Amino acid sequence: MAPSLTEGSQQRWLLTLLTIAIVALSLVPSLRLLFEALGDLAQGSEAPLWRVLQAESTWRALWRSLYTSGLGMLIALALGSLFAFVITLTDIRGKAWLVFCFMLPMMIPPQVTALSWLQLFGPASPLLKSIGMAPPLGSPQPLYSAEGIALLLGIQSAPLVFLALRTSLLSLPRELVEAARISGARQAQVWGQIILPVSRGGLIAGGAMAFISSLGNFGIPAMLGIPAGYYVLPTLIYQRMASFGTGVLAEMASLSLLIGVLALAGVALQQAWMKRSRFGLVGHSGRAHDFSLGRWRGGVTVLLVTVLLAILVAPLAALVVSSLVPAMGVALTWETATLNAYHEVIGRQGATWRAVRNSLWLAGGAAVVLMLCSLPLAYRLQRLPQRWQSLALSAIELPYALPGVVLAVACILLFVRPIPVVNVALYGTLGLIFVAYLARFLVVCLKPVAAGLAQLDPSLEEAAQLAGAGPWRRLGGIVLPLVAPALFAGGLLVFLLAVNELTVSALLWSAGNETLGVLIFNLDEGGESVLAAAVSVLVVMMVATLMLALSLLAPRLPKGVVPWQG
Amino acid sequence: MAGLTIDRVTKRFGEQCAVDALSLDVAPGEFVALLGPSGCGKTTMLRMLAGFEPLSEGEIRLGDRTLASRECHVPPERRNMAMVFQSYALWPHMSVADNVGYPLKLRRLEGDAYRRRVAQALALVDLAAYAARSPQELSGGQRQRVALARCLVTDPEVVLLDEPLANLDRHLRATMEQSFREFHRRTRATMIYVTHDQSEAMSLADRIAVMRGGRLEQWATPEALYRRPRSAWVASFIGQGSLLEVAAGRPGLHLEEAALMRGLTAVATERTQPVLVRPEHVTVLPESASQRGLRARVESATFRGERHELHLRLESGETLLAYHHTALAEGQGVALLLHEGWCLEPDA
Repeated sequence: MAPSLTEGSQQRWLLTLLTIAIVALSLVPSLRLLFEALGDLAQGSEAPLWRVLQAESTWRALWRSLYTSGLGMLIALALGSLFAFVITLTDIRGKAWLVFCFMLPMMIPPQVTALSWLQLFGPASPLLKSIGMAPPLGSPQPLYSAEGIALLLGIQSAPLVFLALRTSLLSLPRELVEAARISGARQAQVWGQIILPVSRGGLIAGGAMAFISSLGNFGIPAMLGIPAGYYVLPTLIYQRMASFGTGVLAEMASLSLLIGVLALAGVALQQAWMKRSRFGLVGHSGRAHDFSLGRWRGGVTVLLVTVLLAILVAPLAALVVSSLVPAMGVALTWETATLNAYHEVIGRQGATWRAVRNSLWLAGGAAVVLMLCSLPLAYRLQRLPQRWQSLALSAIELPYALPGVVLAVACILLFVRPIPVVNVALYGTLGLIFVAYLARFLVVCLKPVAAGLAQLDPSLEEAAQLAGAGPWRRLGGIVLPLVAPALFAGGLLVFLLAVNELTVSALLWSAGNETLGVLIFNLDEGGESVLAAAVSVLVVMMVATLMLALSLLAPRLPKGVVPWQG
Repeated sequence: MAGLTIDRVTKRFGEQCAVDALSLDVAPGEFVALLGPSGCGKTTMLRMLAGFEPLSEGEIRLGDRTLASRECHVPPERRNMAMVFQSYALWPHMSVADNVGYPLKLRRLEGDAYRRRVAQALALVDLAAYAARSPQELSGGQRQRVALARCLVTDPEVVLLDEPLANLDRHLRATMEQSFREFHRRTRATMIYVTHDQSEAMSLADRIAVMRGGRLEQWATPEALYRRPRSAWVASFIGQGSLLEVAAGRPGLHLEEAALMRGLTAVATERTQPVLVRPEHVTVLPESASQRGLRARVESATFRGERHELHLRLESGETLLAYHHTALAEGQGVALLLHEGWCLEPDA
């Protein structure tokens, strides 16, 4: 046998082993959870699963989860489809900025969103105080309610609806619309009779994604619900773990199983619907349709800008104002304005720097490790038969599709005792959070790389092979440079998501191992709203900067890699 | 230079047989076209030559070196071949010069020798001025020439071309055909050219392998293919012409005018031998001018610039294509003289 044949098969074997290992590791947390939740069923009515299913609190939290997520989904559908239809189909101006501003809430961590809205309303709001519109002292904070939670969930997940709908609108062949116009349909008729029915799939997919994401959201119900005693499933698990520690792990596993099954059922339902409403669309696509708004343009622009002012600018302004006053309840004037909070968090609070350092290490480390794994993994997956490929992808996607609390509970179960054989104790260290991040965000890094590889003409690699390049040389010299932008974007996305992550770390952090997300949450819970606001302002600035960096990279990336440029 | 031997090569994808016991002997430096309709297995054969697909059975040899058989498979990077892809496969992250030089880098050539070889190769395809450009800035024809330059830079023993003109417009095709001919004349490399376009194959190749359904239909020079096609299928695939049934001759036999005209006037049951009549071998006369000749009626006429193509219907009901210097009205009666015909194997 020729020596390079062994080189080729050596590479194939190495990559296959890597793929198998990663797929197996992605499945381990879920299996461990399943084992824990179902393991003691033999105990009959005393089994943790039965106890959980019989508890009234479970069903109340379940109903509240469904109610807030359902209402949130409706709000997301209304906002998302308004922006998607107007921005994709009409000749409105300033599309790029509208899209960027509308997408920003998705990337702002939920606890920051919650905090900024809390600063906007209520009797102690520094912003309302400053403009003299604050309600009298003692009046309730309107956001501490189910509807308040639903509103913020809706705003946070509206970009998901926007993206799904925009993608399906962009894939709508222009000829379909032109054929309707030439047949005599007016713009409104084209919209109602052609565009809306054909893009139904995108609307359904977006709604389902908004619902699933709201179901797993922890930051918003934690900041708005816990003070009011309104618990949804993720916050119920958090509250139990916080008060009873690892003693209730078996029950928490059962609760996690419940919410996990719910989320996966949502995913399955969404995919089934998508399949049913998919048409074989033929024709040129990918161009916006440029409906002329005519004299309505001014009004529509005002409407969109007003919505953006209400859902983005106002809360962020409230957040900034809150970070500049000496204490909650004080109005912002030239005399009271102070940068003390920033001095405090940056200069004196040791916890802030520690949290920033922890989060940067966790996010940076996860991004680098996942970038290193993604290329060989995606390369090998692409060469698998279709069926195996989609199975492996589902396994890798599982830790991301499951709500963060579920993964956190699973990781505690896995690592609460030292790892056998190597005898390393991860529980109570930063390492635990790191491992959880690796599992959770792998698919975020992998997807852009896989998309980039799928776009690559196979003849590019074949040409190098005929020119005499061996397998590793081809991977490094041809494939890597060509998918490098996608790989980099994947790493940046991982960093962006991980650096603000709260849900997983809220359950996994320990003293000295706080993350940035946990820090804001703890500051606010401890009544230090001004400090929390100052940290949040810094976080929002960081998020916006990273998003801008990704936008600049966008022209060199495969379509759909940068989430806000569908 | 070594000859390329394809010995009873078979390729199966599951149940389906893409290439079925194909055998070809390609002489050193020969320009060979693999010609056939889409799905005939020609591209699969080319990919087996390159080494991208393993064989199911048979053997491929270059000179006395076995490249592929059931037991052994030399990987593409060790075959010393080069290929022009239908999509050109230029690496978008490298400049034109880097694209051309990449095979040299893999052979550890550096410094002056490297630069000289790249410059030579680019000069050969008239692209020396474009060395620093990126492939995206070039037109389709220029990209094709970069791909060619990349092929010739390492003096490969075999150059494979996979429908290289399929993505170009008609005018550019003629120019590129000329480039390929030049390229072949200068390098004298063995070239295997896959195409579904018979005129491309006829104008470029020394010999053509006509493929159909994974099998070799005929293996001959372009002229032999045109004059002496083996079967009715090959005859209909190559050039223009009409198939008639005559009561004369046998497969592989040439019929002169007298025998042909006699054979055509026999009763229908005796006319069982298919014969190919090329339009240039038909003379069209006015009906009244002559008592001899075959009666026919004009069904339609197409103007082709240098001549008119007449679609005729014979009294037997068969159709016949002929050339004529003037247009004739639809329905007009004519008399025909058929000067020669070629007897074919009936189609299986």
